[in-house]
Amino acid sequence: MPIDMELEMVLRPPQIPMPPYPPKVITLANGKQMVVRQAEREDVPTILKSVHPCLFIERDYYDIVSARLYGELLAWYRYRVKSEYCLIGQIDGYLVGIVNGRLENAKVGMSYHTLAIDRGLRIGSHLFAAKMEYHIDYIGQDEILIVAESPIGFRRWMVEYPLEPTTIPHELGGGDSWLLTRETYLKAKSRLVVGDRPVPKPLLDEAMADIKFADDDTIREHIAGLKGR
Amino acid sequence: MRDVAILGVGMLPFGRRDEDTLMDMLAYASMKALDDAGLGNGSVDAVYVANMGGGMLQHQTSIASSLVDRLSLLPAAAETIENGPASGASAVKNGMLAIASGYYDTVLVAGGEKMREVTGWRATDFVATMTHPQAEYPYGITLPGMAGMFTRLYMEKHGVTREHLVAISLKNQEMGTRNPYAHVEMALDREGIYDSPHAVVNNPVAADPLHLYDLCPVSDGAAAVVLCTVEQAKQRAKPYVVIAGFGQATDTHTLAEREDPTDLKAVTLAAQKAFAMAKLKPSDVSVAELHDAFTILEIAESEHVGFFKKGEGGKAAAAGKTRLGGQIPINLSGGLKARGHPVGATGVAQVVDIVWQLRHELPENRQVKNATVGLTVNFGGFGNNVLAFVLKRVEA
Repeated sequence: MPIDMELEMVLRPPQIPMPPYPPKVITLANGKQMVVRQAEREDVPTILKSVHPCLFIERDYYDIVSARLYGELLAWYRYRVKSEYCLIGQIDGYLVGIVNGRLENAKVGMSYHTLAIDRGLRIGSHLFAAKMEYHIDYIGQDEILIVAESPIGFRRWMVEYPLEPTTIPHELGGGDSWLLTRETYLKAKSRLVVGDRPVPKPLLDEAMADIKFADDDTIREHIAGLKGR
Repeated sequence: MRDVAILGVGMLPFGRRDEDTLMDMLAYASMKALDDAGLGNGSVDAVYVANMGGGMLQHQTSIASSLVDRLSLLPAAAETIENGPASGASAVKNGMLAIASGYYDTVLVAGGEKMREVTGWRATDFVATMTHPQAEYPYGITLPGMAGMFTRLYMEKHGVTREHLVAISLKNQEMGTRNPYAHVEMALDREGIYDSPHAVVNNPVAADPLHLYDLCPVSDGAAAVVLCTVEQAKQRAKPYVVIAGFGQATDTHTLAEREDPTDLKAVTLAAQKAFAMAKLKPSDVSVAELHDAFTILEIAESEHVGFFKKGEGGKAAAAGKTRLGGQIPINLSGGLKARGHPVGATGVAQVVDIVWQLRHELPENRQVKNATVGLTVNFGGFGNNVLAFVLKRVEA
């Protein structure tokens, strides 16, 4: 698609490099090792291939979360959103979860979405925690605005931390927003934020080499299979 | 009393069954059992349905009457049995007594529950309605909370450790991966749920000292059995299973009123009665299905039914004595821990699994070789209403 760069400079928000998120590795309940790392803008087309099959899964609001995440990542890829980042979880190189967000300003973060593609291993909890860790420990922010779209999300974020209700509107709209403050984060950190650094080289090399993704049917089965994942 | 045989069994895979109504599940499991019994034409004298929460969760009552109509079993007699999480075994017992008395010849017993259409919080509250309405429930007690306190006491008094509980979680979830009917088909790793510092998130405290993987899941599911006279079973000219003994006992409603809350008297009494009726002893049992809604219960019940002395059950589990190939294999279905716990279905599902064991129909990775005697323990309330069955294989 031809791009008028003069007009593009008007439409594009300033591209401010995001601070690095040092990769970490987490041992999951089944013994598998999940590498959590920062995705690059160039990774977005591959990531979207895993998000796409989730667009049509009503169960647990996967359709809404996936559709919005798809749009947010596409907007990042095509320079239509400012200060966005994406962290991903990979097991054996396979993409198993995605979280994203952006900076509202230097001190306040805006949490967007958490999508667990493999279920039953608390991948969503681990990745949401990594997102909070990124905002507070690595970007140095003081507060993160959060809103939940699914009951599972509500249970994971609002109850487990627990977050504080706030009247500040979240840019996703929806129900009331919630706030994770530096103080709340530090109180919860020892029981919710885990991971080892540095990631052993073979594991990291595997994760960085290629984002593998399961086929659509496998993803749908993992999320919406008849079993109770 | 007449001897009673189990002519047919059926079960649906447990889990989250969004597409099925409670009645769908009960009907499918029943049809499987009727087919297995060779009664495809659906001729039975009576139908007993075990269900605890239809009235609360689905706003549906008279479930047995509805099932009879759904299965075109009219004009069979029909009753719904509610006895908390022991509803399943209670329904089997009532079906058994009806045949033993000589009044009926063929009875269908189905157990089912649909718990996943409400949030986990509401399901927990629903189960907590079995606690004492004045002395327990108003103070916010839940069954996991009660099990946590019980576990702490049991640890102090009988030396159970976290390692013992972890051994149960690992064993039962591993067996769940071998059971296509299991809700949870994911093997756990000791490092991931216990040894690693990451376990704090993977396996968080649920009701101290119990953690997430010490608890059974909230499940949908149904199971069914067809009971008949031994004469009918003999006509099939192949090995069959009889209910050699049963026992039932109750205990105080509140745990706090028990002289020793770690003493599960109703489990001991129910098992003793069942063994006495069967003229067998615990050492005769080839395989057992115990009510492990919480990992501690498998350990405690294994001691109270007489498999191990008090204080030895946890050590035995950790030593592998309760695994397939061990001294007394327990919960080779994955138990409630992995097969799941749709409360009304559980007691029936335990019988179904033992029947498969005694008919030698399971794959090698789940089958106890040459199994001849099985035990089930279905635990209602927090041990205030317990039923045990001793099932026995009879050669044709």
